[in-house]
Amino acid sequence: MDFYLSTLIQGLCLSAIALGIFISMKIFNIPDITTDGSYTLGGVVTAKLLVLHQPVFVVLPVVIAAGALAGTATGLIHTKLKINALLAGILVMTALYSVNLEIMGRSNIPLGNFPSIFNIVNFSSDPDRNTFWIVSIFAVVTTLIIGYLLKTDFGIAMRATGNSESMVRALGVDTDRMKIIGLALANALTALTGYLVTENQNYADISMGIGIVITGLGAVIIAETFINWFRTTSVWFSLILVLSGAIIFKFVIALILSLGIDPTLLKLVTAVFVLLIVSLPRLSFKSSS
Amino acid sequence: MIRVSDVHKIFNRGKANEVNALDGIDLEIKDGEFLVIVGSNGSGKTTLLNLVAGSFLPTSGTIEIDGNDVTKLPDYHRSEWIARVFQNPLSGTAPDLSILDNFRLAAIRTKRKGFSIGISDSFKKNVKAKIASLGMGLENKIEQPMGTLSGGQRQALTLLMSVMDTCKVLLLDEPTAALDPRSANIVMQTADKLIKEFGLTAILVTHNLKDAFVYGNRIIQMVGGKITKDVDEKNKSVLKQNDLFDWFA
Repeated sequence: MDFYLSTLIQGLCLSAIALGIFISMKIFNIPDITTDGSYTLGGVVTAKLLVLHQPVFVVLPVVIAAGALAGTATGLIHTKLKINALLAGILVMTALYSVNLEIMGRSNIPLGNFPSIFNIVNFSSDPDRNTFWIVSIFAVVTTLIIGYLLKTDFGIAMRATGNSESMVRALGVDTDRMKIIGLALANALTALTGYLVTENQNYADISMGIGIVITGLGAVIIAETFINWFRTTSVWFSLILVLSGAIIFKFVIALILSLGIDPTLLKLVTAVFVLLIVSLPRLSFKSSS
Repeated sequence: MIRVSDVHKIFNRGKANEVNALDGIDLEIKDGEFLVIVGSNGSGKTTLLNLVAGSFLPTSGTIEIDGNDVTKLPDYHRSEWIARVFQNPLSGTAPDLSILDNFRLAAIRTKRKGFSIGISDSFKKNVKAKIASLGMGLENKIEQPMGTLSGGQRQALTLLMSVMDTCKVLLLDEPTAALDPRSANIVMQTADKLIKEFGLTAILVTHNLKDAFVYGNRIIQMVGGKITKDVDEKNKSVLKQNDLFDWFA
């Protein structure tokens, strides 16, 4: 497959997880590690349901609900048991490993012969282009839904929760409930990426989620750099930048790998790249001040 | 009307650092009363305010607002009656959200935060007109993040936000403590104006004895978690500023 097209497809698959991390990390200020588990959960549920010959309109809602459930668990542990959000996420992620294994019954499920969403719906005779159009539609629709949500009164309350908790409570918002809903939403989006990636790569694997939170984070940090650069407060523009962040991130990683770096070093390269984009703005600040 | 009956608040009960913050408070605040609370640090005045707001619950005793027992009600349910201005200008507003978003949230303080877009052109116009009434020239900056404003501007807007939705009780927790004298003056005058205009029941906690003297129609002093002085409207009007200083002598 064409290098650019396949990278673009992978980037678009990541748009949902990037939106999810944007919600948990930037809007709610919660570093949510559940992501690694809920991404795999999304993939695992997809594979299991496809093996059971379930149609798309069953698979997709179940995947989203499963992700939301994982996020709800983290949210409940964090808010009701007053446990540090990072720890709450790690706990749920760890537990999900067993859940995922239990669902699959083994460590991976290949989906070679099962009909995927990419060959049910046909926009183009070229399968790669077809895949591109389908993941694009997913990316656009999720962005539209999240964008609309953030513009509503409920969305303003969401955005304010991570920004000034004392204010939001004084204005009649149950911040615990809001955080639980936010984490559920973030992980539902994460599971959606798990669904798309599993459909795209044609298998689900127990270790597919390792380090995925870093990928999502990388996309969001790239987006944030642009958001600060443009000094935008527009919800729509921010979300478009998050989407671009996911695609840029995938392209940089793909370019690095195409230089001939051993694919076993993929996670190391990813981590170093995220470290770079996190630290570069700070380093340049230091030298200028 | 707010009725606080035999309220005790003990922090860290049974531990070495146990604090008896409120020691049997009985207080009735009538509708439209503007109560000023003065007292040294640790006298319990902010604790009392937070108990009325519902930030935390009393160890014993009851709190009523408008005849409703709210003793066990969390703060986000009491927002049906109460609007607040915090000591820290950052606490009362969301800095990364636009002024408009902040006002939208304030305008639905007592209502459901639903899944429809509430910011319309008429809403924008309404907010602009309200902000223009402050005379600070902020009405053309409503799309800007709240965080770009100064502390004084943010406190003034927080006050305005409190009357965007129906409001019975306004709680002011040292609203000018972090402000320069000029901003402090504007904020207190705005508060006084809104309290009179909307007939609010208000509680002001302050260390500024001049404000305590100028504003409000009732003043109490707290010492060690108890109310030691209670001066009603008639007597406050003949009270001299020096008398207040003598309270702390």
